[in-house]
Amino acid sequence: MNPVFQGLITIGIGVGGIFLYFVASNALLDKVLFPAKGKNASRNINRANTVRPWLFLAPTIIALSLYLVYPVIGSFYRSLFNRSGDEFVAFSNYTTMFASSEFRTAFWNNVLWALVVPSVSTFLGLLIAQLTDKLRWGNIAKSLIFMPMAISFVGASLIWKFVYAIDPELGIINAIRVNMFGLDPLDVLQVAFWNNLFLMVILIWVQTGFAMVILSAALRGIPEETIEAAIIDGANPFQIFFKIQVPQITNTIIVVFTTTTILVLKVFDIVYAMTGGNFNTQILPSYMMQFMFRDDGRATAVAIVIMLIVTPVMIQNIRQARAEMR
Amino acid sequence: MDNIAGKKSGLTIAVNITVFLLVLIWLIPTVGLFVSSFRDRDAISSSGWWLAPFSTEQTFRGRGDVESVSQDGALFVLSGNVFQDPEIAPAFPNGEGDIVAFGDSGRAPGEYPAGEVADLGDGETLIVEANGDYLYTVPEDPGNRGPRYYVVASTPPNFTLDNYRTVLSAGGMGQAFINTLTVTIPTTIIPILMAAFAAYALAWMDFRGRAFLIAAIIGLLVVPLQLALVPMLQLHYNLGIGQSFLGIWLAHSAFGQPLAVYLLRNYMIGLPRDIIESARVDGGTDFQIFMKIILPLSFPALAAFAIFQFLWTWNDLLIAKVFLPSSEEAKVMTVKIADDLLGSRGGDWGILAAAAFVSISIPLLVFFTLQRYLVRGLLAGSVK
Repeated sequence: MNPVFQGLITIGIGVGGIFLYFVASNALLDKVLFPAKGKNASRNINRANTVRPWLFLAPTIIALSLYLVYPVIGSFYRSLFNRSGDEFVAFSNYTTMFASSEFRTAFWNNVLWALVVPSVSTFLGLLIAQLTDKLRWGNIAKSLIFMPMAISFVGASLIWKFVYAIDPELGIINAIRVNMFGLDPLDVLQVAFWNNLFLMVILIWVQTGFAMVILSAALRGIPEETIEAAIIDGANPFQIFFKIQVPQITNTIIVVFTTTTILVLKVFDIVYAMTGGNFNTQILPSYMMQFMFRDDGRATAVAIVIMLIVTPVMIQNIRQARAEMR
Repeated sequence: MDNIAGKKSGLTIAVNITVFLLVLIWLIPTVGLFVSSFRDRDAISSSGWWLAPFSTEQTFRGRGDVESVSQDGALFVLSGNVFQDPEIAPAFPNGEGDIVAFGDSGRAPGEYPAGEVADLGDGETLIVEANGDYLYTVPEDPGNRGPRYYVVASTPPNFTLDNYRTVLSAGGMGQAFINTLTVTIPTTIIPILMAAFAAYALAWMDFRGRAFLIAAIIGLLVVPLQLALVPMLQLHYNLGIGQSFLGIWLAHSAFGQPLAVYLLRNYMIGLPRDIIESARVDGGTDFQIFMKIILPLSFPALAAFAIFQFLWTWNDLLIAKVFLPSSEEAKVMTVKIADDLLGSRGGDWGILAAAAFVSISIPLLVFFTLQRYLVRGLLAGSVK
């Protein structure tokens, strides 16, 4: 059957099914199990109200436990077995991995990504948010800088493949090198160490818009009086920015920074599409994809390492959220 | 107060210029791709895309037309127009152009400027006018093979839709486009409905374990999807789903839940308590309140999440690589570009650009038309 029709049928079944589930389960609860009439009416209403939240939550809880909670355990369990999954090898997948130089390259590259990308994109985002705030065409500028957010990482990689192309008639970087400085064309993706930074540029290009939008809203939320007071006291624009505005939005800056860090630890598309992890540009997510379908034991071991790196941020987020709820 | 005065003049100009440059840097890569997608292979390899709107000078070669030969004393004269030459004509569909220079050897194809009589030695002369008319004079009968000449012509900017035609018909991109839609639409609609009910329960219903569930959802927001790949694919195989569209629909619907619930709950909790309380007093059940009051009021948040989920599933490569079969007829566009085009068609940049643009056109359309909701959603998710 044509997948398009399958898709349409799925929408029908999915939406209809979920709808039917909610209608039917609520009706069952109110009409059959605990009817709000007869001599137990008030007790029944209370009982029904105890059960109802769980009816509302059931589909989400099932989906989450199956697809996000179980895999944490499932992946860890699988990582203790060998390639074909029939022999228990304890932590040997991990020891082999830690001993391999490619893993160490991937790990340190990933550390570099997690430091550079969030810092640069948060900084640029803040800068652009502040600069465009007072401009008449600021919204157009912001919209254009925000645009790469809509483009897939694969699409972004392809776009930058054009920029980095060796042919000086195609790649703008080499065109500048050759025509303006008279240098030889160069494959920037093969220049050791720097190629990592050139790949990071792609993610920074995508993510700066995100930082800019959020920080721009935060800057606008700052009470006008604090800035006016500073102006009257004779502060120059730089002092206002660094001493009055930035300290008031520190929390938002941290949120943007951590959100981007988490993203960095998951994006495999850019490295996969640009270099395939060659020329010492491997990072953990793309390193994992090398083993996917070939050696599930080692693939899951890499996934667990990524999970461990993310865990502190996760705990911090939960703490923060609980503090705000109180 | 020079700071206030300064704000009005020098600094404003500096800010304008800086922002303009930043926007330019941000746009150049995409514009390059966009322009390249409308240029054919020859144009791409002969000049940079930044020169595309201008005429470019290209070298062509042709032969004197032996049909036209006429004898002038001891000399043979070949005449005609270079734009009629069978080797050159295809590049000039209008049959006219501008000759800048000409020559008789491939090493120096532009040795003589147009309109000047060139003495080629051995009694041979050649003149090519700017409009392409030429006179080639040779001392011997050229027989049935006219003598070679070279011309440098400035070709007008040439844009074509051929790359798009090739990509959509032959490259398998058409199928991939449909596959992407097939993945995207169900996985945008279904998770919203699931999450809306859950978000309502977490926002407005009182029960034990609510705080724990909210914390769990915030925690799950950051769990790397990489963890789910191996165990869930295994489970899909055990359940008989395997690598299929059904599998990816389930996976995307589940992976979208934490963000959906989080965004919608944040929004719903901000709705006025009075409305909900008074509906309760009037005897409305939670189900009725949800359907008749909360859902319509939450439209902005629902739209915001729908855009997120749409962009994320449309742009996803990881989940599609793992949960869809790797056969040609099930490939989505991102997989097609990353695995097929970038690998095998590395040299055909025009096709590559067109393919990329096909894949990013819909997200860009969604982005520019629905940006308001997207921004609102981002803010609801992060500034809290």
